[in-house]
Order: sequence, then structure tokens, then C-alpha cells
Amino acid sequence: MKGFSRLVYPYVVWMVIMIVIPMLMIVLYAFTTKGNDVLTFQFTLNNFIRFFKDSIFPNVLYRSLVLAIITTVICIMFGYPAAYFISKLNINKQNMIILLITLPMWINMLVRTYAWRGILNGLPLSGEVKVYIGMVYNFLPFMILQIYTSLSKMDQSLITAASDLGANKWQTFYKVVLPLSLPGVISGITLVFLPAVSSFFIPKLLGGGDYVLIGNLIENYFVSTGDWNFGSAISLIMAIIILISMYITKKLDRDNREVTVK
Amino acid sequence: MKKSNQLFSKFYLTIILLFFYLPIIYVVLFSFNDSKSLSNFTGFSLEWYHKMFNDRTIMEAIYYTVIIAVLATIISTVVGTITAIGLSKSNKLLKESINQINNLPMLNPDIVTAIGFMLFFTSLRIKTGFLTMLLAHIAFCIPYVILSIMPRLRQIDNNLAEAALDLGCTPMQALFKVIIPQIKPGIISGALVAFTMSFDDFVISLFTTGPGINNISIYVYANVKRINPTINALSTILVAVITVVLIIINVVPIIKERKRKENEKFV
Repeated sequence: MKGFSRLVYPYVVWMVIMIVIPMLMIVLYAFTTKGNDVLTFQFTLNNFIRFFKDSIFPNVLYRSLVLAIITTVICIMFGYPAAYFISKLNINKQNMIILLITLPMWINMLVRTYAWRGILNGLPLSGEVKVYIGMVYNFLPFMILQIYTSLSKMDQSLITAASDLGANKWQTFYKVVLPLSLPGVISGITLVFLPAVSSFFIPKLLGGGDYVLIGNLIENYFVSTGDWNFGSAISLIMAIIILISMYITKKLDRDNREVTVK
Repeated sequence: MKKSNQLFSKFYLTIILLFFYLPIIYVVLFSFNDSKSLSNFTGFSLEWYHKMFNDRTIMEAIYYTVIIAVLATIISTVVGTITAIGLSKSNKLLKESINQINNLPMLNPDIVTAIGFMLFFTSLRIKTGFLTMLLAHIAFCIPYVILSIMPRLRQIDNNLAEAALDLGCTPMQALFKVIIPQIKPGIISGALVAFTMSFDDFVISLFTTGPGINNISIYVYANVKRINPTINALSTILVAVITVVLIIINVVPIIKERKRKENEKFV
């Protein structure tokens, strides 16, 4: 049986070539100057200095983060009640509505965003509002499904116990239901915030040409400008910010669980 | 729940579902429009479907999307299954480090994974095109396949494989006759995830493809600038196919279950 562990080796080689090396390439490009060959590196910090020296780039980063945070908040605001109401239905209806929510997710994100472009085309909304509609549309299902999963796993007798012990409906919700559903909210946050920060086709399709987010910057520097070194530096900055926010969310989740256990 | 609460909950869920289906209804409706307008429905026609089936670029985009999704699914499912079985028998250090590295493409934004591939392929002077896109798809699908098989492997009884070996099975026979049948549901769901990930992918495909090789997403992205109702026709066909497939996936187990119950009655 131990011999089966050898089955991993081919994938280890593949993983190093197709996951580790491409990631290291980004770091390498971010810290080198433009135009050098793979064999003659010129190390530099100029790409990062350039990013933070001009206020344009930090502003775009700031705007992307704000957009992602607001999108996440809107998704919680609309997604939590939806998930809560679904979890209160009878089981057949629950499955039916969950299926109805999952179905559009199987349709290509680009196709759905394209459809919104048609719907919103004639409406007197600013580019920013259109981008928000597109973002919430694409990410709300993830939030609903995560919160629903944690609500439906909850032990219903806890709610009965709370009301038996004299808690009113709001107290039961704040003291029992909400804390127990927080893990679902937190995994929903990671599923919404993460792709929202880096999204580049939703702003491009819905926001008009002048609405630039960090993802659009990266795309421009790789596709149009061809400045791969600066593009890599921007990607690295974004990846680090995302990793830090993931770490914070995970830590919050852990603290929350510890409190719940106590 | 009180009556008024129930009414509100129904109303709220209806609004949410309408929001989710609005763009889908919109593309389906306007795919049958007889003018180019995307705001006025002027009359019924199949013009855009006719145009779509005669458009070589769209047909090629569908072809590449399907062929890459099929190949990426088969390869990543086979590799993922073998690796997951190996991982379940590996020591903790190897298991942990592979899991951590596998998490990278799942946690990283698509665009970061995508430019990693692009820099890698171009540095090796590999011409980007069909092959690079396929390799990238396989690479991002395998971690998801492993992720869906691992929980199954943790549940199965190790003694069964040991017993098979003791009773004279070769390790290969033990693998195919004992381990794989037990983790089959995990393999199937892994393959389904891989297929949808590959079929729907846009960002990674955009950065790893070469001239002339488009998938559906890249085609849509390249053509949204001008008004082009053929995209509505294409989207409608996708919606129809996906709906039929999902209905089959969800209804077949129910019918099977009913038949099983009926058979039990006769026994």
C-alpha cells in the first residue's frame, strides 16, 4: 500500500513546472528591467517605485479595493435575507430554489455580463453604478449559497431551545442564528471579495472606457503596452494585498469559532 | 412563520430570482429579434441563428471551447485521481506541501495565474496557441479534481485494499477493483467541476491563447464593442444546452430512485 505514494511523483514534477515556476516568473519580471533576456537579468526596484510615486496607480488600487468591499457588503445585505428565507422553506422548495440560483451560474460569466450591457445601455446610470450591478449580479449567488449552506446545517433544536428559554425572535436571531451562520458569511466574503478586486471584464464591458480598475491596468500593461515588468509588479502588489486580506478573514473566522466554542 | 412574513419572503425571493434571470430572458428574447436593435423588439426572426451557424469564427470558437474542455477534463481527471490516491498514502509533509502549492491557483486571482502562464510560455519561446491553452486548462483543473476526490479517500476503509492484496490481488487490481469504485462519486464530481471550469474560462484562455485560436469567452470579449445580436443567438443556444444538461443531471437520479423503489416492491 505504501507503494501507492509513488503515484504522486509525476504530479510533483508537473506542479513545479506549471504552478511554481510561472509564479516565480512573475516575481522575476517584477524585479527586473524591461527588455532583458532570460539569461541576463538586471535587478531593479523601479517598477514598484513607479507604482507608488505617481498617484494614479495607488488611486486605481484604492478604487478597486473600495469597489470590492462595497460589492461584498451589498452581497451580504441582499444575500443573507435570501439565504435565511430559503432555509425556512420546506425541503423540496429549498432544493428547487437552490437549483434555480445555481443554474445561471453555469452560463458563461462573460455572456451574462454582455446581456447586462444590453439591458443597461439606454438607462441614465453612471458607469460606476452599472459596474456595481454587474459585480453584484455575478457574485451574489456565491454569497447566498455559502450562507444557505451554513444556515441549513444548523441544529434547529438550538432555536427551539432559545425560545423555550425565553428569548424573543430578535434575540434568538442575534444570539443564536447569526453567530452560527458567520462561517458561511466569511467563506462568502472570500468568494466575492477575491474575484471582485481583480475583475477586469465587468468594468470594461459595463463601465465604459474611462472606468479603470487594477485588473484593467494589468491587462493593459500585458496586452496593449507590452510592459510586462511593470505589469508583473502591479500583479504582485495585488496578489500580496489579496493574500493579506485572506489571512485577516481567516483569522477573524478562527477567533469567531473560538468564541462560539466558549 | 406568520402569514405576512411568509408573503414578504416569497416576494423577496421572487425579486432575487427575477434579478438572476433578467439578463438570460433578455438575451433569449433579443436573439429572435428581426432587427439589430438591442432595445426594441421589432418582430420575430431566426436571422441571427442563421448568421451564427454561417459564421466560421463562432463555429471555430465553439469547437475549440468543447474540444479543450473535453481534453482538459479527461487528462486532469486521470492525473488528479492518480495523484489523490498517491497523496492519501503519502507522508504528512509531502501531503501538506502539495496541498499548499495546489491552493495557489485556486486562491490567486485568475489574472495572476494567467500572466504567470503567459510569461512562462513566452520565456521558453513556446508559440502560444491551442497547446498552451490546453496545458494551462489542465494545470488549473487538476487542483479542483484533487480537492473533490480527497474527502472520499479519507472516508474509505483502508483495510479493504489491504484485504484485496492479501487475497492475491496485484496492486493494480486493488487500485482498479477496490479503491477506484469506492471513490467514483468524487471522481465524477471532480470531472464535472473540471469541465465547467474549462468551458467557462475566460481570463486564463485570453492570456495563453495565440492568434486564430478563440474560445467562446474570448469571442464574446472581442466582439462586444459593436452591436452584434449573433452573440444573443450563441448565448441562447448555450443557455438551452446547459438547462437540458442540468435537468438531466437532476432528474435522472430521481427517476432511478423511483425505479429502485418500485423494484423493491416486487421483491
